[in-house]
Amino acid sequence: MIEERFDAIVVGAGMAGNAAALTLARRGLKVLQLERGEYSGSKNVQGAILYSDMLEKLVPDFREDAPLERHLVEQRFWMMDDNSHTGLHYRSDEFNEERPNRYTIIRAQFDKWFSKKVQEAGAVVLCETTVLELLQDAYGKVIGVRTDRKNGQVGADVVVLAEGVSGLLGTRAGLRKTPDKSNVALAVKEMHFLPQETLEARFNLRGDEGAVIEAVGTISEGMTGMGFIYTNKESISLGIGCLVADFEKTGQTPYGLLEKFKQHPSVAALIAGSEVKEYAAHLIPEGGFKAIPQLYGDGWVVVGDAAQLNNAVHREGSNLAMTSGRLAAEAIFQIKSRRDPMTKENLALYKKMLDESFVMKDLKKYRDMPDLLHIQAQNFFLTYPQLVSKAMTNFLRVDGTPKREKEKTTFRSFLAARSLTGLVGDAFRLARAWR
Amino acid sequence: MHIVVCMKQVPDSAQIRVHPVTNTIMRQGVPTIINPYDLFAIEEALRLRQQFGGEVTILTMGPPSAEDSLRKALSFGADRAVLLTDRFFAGADTLATTYALATAIRKIGKEFGPPDIVFTGKQTIDGDTAQVGPGVAKRLGLIQLTYVSHIDKVDLDAGLIDVERRSEGGVQKLRSKMPCLISILEGVNEMRIGSLTDALKAARATIIKWSAQDAGVEDIAKCGLRGSPTIVKRVFAPKPRAERAEFIELGDKPGDAFVEELFKRRPKLESELEQLTRGY
Repeated sequence: MIEERFDAIVVGAGMAGNAAALTLARRGLKVLQLERGEYSGSKNVQGAILYSDMLEKLVPDFREDAPLERHLVEQRFWMMDDNSHTGLHYRSDEFNEERPNRYTIIRAQFDKWFSKKVQEAGAVVLCETTVLELLQDAYGKVIGVRTDRKNGQVGADVVVLAEGVSGLLGTRAGLRKTPDKSNVALAVKEMHFLPQETLEARFNLRGDEGAVIEAVGTISEGMTGMGFIYTNKESISLGIGCLVADFEKTGQTPYGLLEKFKQHPSVAALIAGSEVKEYAAHLIPEGGFKAIPQLYGDGWVVVGDAAQLNNAVHREGSNLAMTSGRLAAEAIFQIKSRRDPMTKENLALYKKMLDESFVMKDLKKYRDMPDLLHIQAQNFFLTYPQLVSKAMTNFLRVDGTPKREKEKTTFRSFLAARSLTGLVGDAFRLARAWR
Repeated sequence: MHIVVCMKQVPDSAQIRVHPVTNTIMRQGVPTIINPYDLFAIEEALRLRQQFGGEVTILTMGPPSAEDSLRKALSFGADRAVLLTDRFFAGADTLATTYALATAIRKIGKEFGPPDIVFTGKQTIDGDTAQVGPGVAKRLGLIQLTYVSHIDKVDLDAGLIDVERRSEGGVQKLRSKMPCLISILEGVNEMRIGSLTDALKAARATIIKWSAQDAGVEDIAKCGLRGSPTIVKRVFAPKPRAERAEFIELGDKPGDAFVEELFKRRPKLESELEQLTRGY
């Protein structure tokens, strides 16, 4: 172990790691942050949408110099069958406010900026340094890390695991189990470049306005999954994700789904003529409340994706990551300022703070949703979108059929596909999971 | 032993896009890296230091953001890094660049001891000229050993260095006096991963930043755009050449006939380039 010791080592420089390192350094702790990528963000491939509120708590004036793409003024939810989509669009000029609430960002650039703030706060940030294992004493207490560099062992009072969704270090050290296949989604994404004017015309945007499309339906071939399209300044992030367990069961391929999504008539026109610059794949924690592992122990805490903190319903991941990182840092600071050791009992403070925050409250609210959507995947992602599409065609096509007859046809199609008990049951289950 | 390595921060050419209308390189958002050829120079310098002791100084000229690359060079274990940065240096061609670098190396010599060897990479991946190394050597009056593929022996007491140099005809074995400038070939060594202690030191190191004045530049008109006689008249993207092979029947006079036949089939690319550059 090298001679120099740190108060805290943060493993990973994504949203959670940066939030933790920034907060710790600002609180005057001696922080070492280790990132395996070439720079913070270099390994990141997220979409991505940034919510202002949680970042404002860390960098109040981030709008001044953060690399933001577009602020969102329009949200579209699509229910798709093979040839159509039924959409719910919400667009409001009120989103054109002075301090917008949501932005699209490109994480590779955003994280680089975030990392600069961490360095300015006084943390030592080492990139291209992979942590191979956690160092533990005879009692299992985490006392430092071993990196891939020469003489690469370094000690600290506490290690903040912000290593991302796979949680390899924690698993390897026996602190937690590998995430379950039915609790993680595999998402694939492409970056499509288009001239700014073309992009703005296609999505009906002016200036820095942005739009988001989120789509479910036959595109996921009956699996629990979602497609997304985000507008950046002069590119579109487009992708689709489904549960790993479902991919395994159906034998579908992620790139197959992505191709199908891109070729859908509602999507193809939006990306026509674009230049594809990036193809990426990543895991997303989707298990919600029930999948959260042990969050703290002797000498360690886990934050962000590594802690499976992701709200699948509202598609908030980085929000929860930033908040958990910040709260873990605050807890460590409080323990440190009392001159108490970083024991499991003391670090329970982090969990307590997290429980009191929106993070756990939200995840608890939707605790039954992942199971429902997974077990009922066929209905929610295949049957209903097709029924809705049929109903819309039936409603809109004028062909001399009396309207009452049309309504009956639509109702019968729902009954035939799902039976009255099934329909009422689904509505009930959905409402209960939403409660 | 004091070794100075000249390094350049360049846009990662693997990720560059060319603007479809203006044909200019779109630098925005393109990540920067240490010129890959320079990594071999840095590694070779570190190996010599390991063997003979002394110090390695990394020198670069560039915008303030070039600090990132210098810090990275330090994380490999270099002792200090000097960044020449000044708006007067902007827009320099190879002539103006060699002037600035040579001036800075003189200053480095005064401050930290005269260098025994100045290392450069073979060339940069953005300019591709391979002129800066030889230019610096000329200005400093150093013996230049270009395209060096191996350093055989260094005799510090006698001030002699034996190297292998790749040339058109084969490998030359040369003995030279030091100080000298060596431009090193790619692939001659493998870049190390710096130790944790070196990485920590680099993260906290202060990069020495010199303006033109700090570096001791006497004639500012020799710097940057003003000091650069090279003028880019026009930029164009040549059309990709169709890949196809053709068999030529040569008959009984192979030599001359072959040349003649080749000229008849002057590659389309070259005639196109000729047309594009006509009038300049």
